[in-house]
Amino acid sequence: MDTPASRSPLTRRQLVDAYFIENRTRLLEVAAFLDRLDRADDPELARDFRMDALHEALDVLRGEWPNRVKTMQMVFSDPTTEPLEALDRKSAQGAFDKSKLEAR
Amino acid sequence: MPYIDLHAHMVSRSTDDYVQMAMTGCVAVTEPAFWAGWDRSSADGFEDYFRQLTEFEPNRAAQYGIQHYAWLCLNPKEGEDRNLARDVLARIPKFLDRPTVLGIGEIGMNRVTRNEIATFRDHVELALEHNQLIHIHTPHLEDKYKGTRTTIETLLKYDKIDPARVMIDHAEEHTLDMILDNGFWTGVTLYPQTKVSPQRAVDMIEMYGPERICVASACDWGPSVPVAIPQFALEMRRRKHSEALIHRVIYENPVAFLSQCPKFQLTRPVPSLAGAAGGR
Repeated sequence: MDTPASRSPLTRRQLVDAYFIENRTRLLEVAAFLDRLDRADDPELARDFRMDALHEALDVLRGEWPNRVKTMQMVFSDPTTEPLEALDRKSAQGAFDKSKLEAR
Repeated sequence: MPYIDLHAHMVSRSTDDYVQMAMTGCVAVTEPAFWAGWDRSSADGFEDYFRQLTEFEPNRAAQYGIQHYAWLCLNPKEGEDRNLARDVLARIPKFLDRPTVLGIGEIGMNRVTRNEIATFRDHVELALEHNQLIHIHTPHLEDKYKGTRTTIETLLKYDKIDPARVMIDHAEEHTLDMILDNGFWTGVTLYPQTKVSPQRAVDMIEMYGPERICVASACDWGPSVPVAIPQFALEMRRRKHSEALIHRVIYENPVAFLSQCPKFQLTRPVPSLAGAAGGR
């Protein structure tokens, strides 16, 4: 499906006026989360696959992608096609562990 | 403004939630069978649950002027247990003639295992055998893309599947187009954390148009908002979208999909807001 250009009835100026503050808040929350991790006494967390994905997603945020949210969704997604042989756990974790690809 | 919440797990909600939904314009909910947060120990537990969905819950909703309909299945979170699935599926047909049962759902996959796919296929075949509408759950978070793709590939292997009678729910930005491209209906779930915010849902309507897209709260026992659809409508107004377009997404679209089951009859139907509710 071709994705048409956004049909936002609001102008860029109107969007910034209406939504800047709440998105500024969201960015500060992410920054505070990263600072909180730095203050935690657990160096092993630096290698957590979820945090690797989060840093990769932050790169997408700053990039010139045509569709940032879709690109970011794929950063977090399992790209494989083969079904699992058996249930390994009940719940999703928020990001795909890419070390599993390297292990194959 | 009247709306229909096509996906609401009201057995997990209080009567206060029915009150809030009624006061904000909810005229009907449809409730898919789902995971209780823990695995049931037998098919008897499911049978009791199906009775709750088709006997108790419609009466509870009616006290607040809300029509309640249900979908029946063994949900994807329990689909790995093939023996339990067979036992539960054998008990579903006797409930299908009940006046508020719309079809089979929410079926699908959780972690996309071979057993889950087999259980999903069993449900699809049951629906086809009994000419039922189908409501499909797609997996959470990192499993959504793979699960949605596998779901569509599985469905397309059935010649008898009519995509117009299938709702593939919980679409997000990276799965919406593959669902619509194949002719299915889709739902966007308005969750505070793990799915889509009202802002992103409105973005998707702006980018893809309203054709075959519904929104729902999917309120359940986890973090969720039973009045998420009015929040979506508020966001649409904040973006200066027309009342006609809002009405189409939150009322006319669910009516169009659900009315394919003749049992879905609104007691107080709302006329269309003619005008600027066009597609893409």
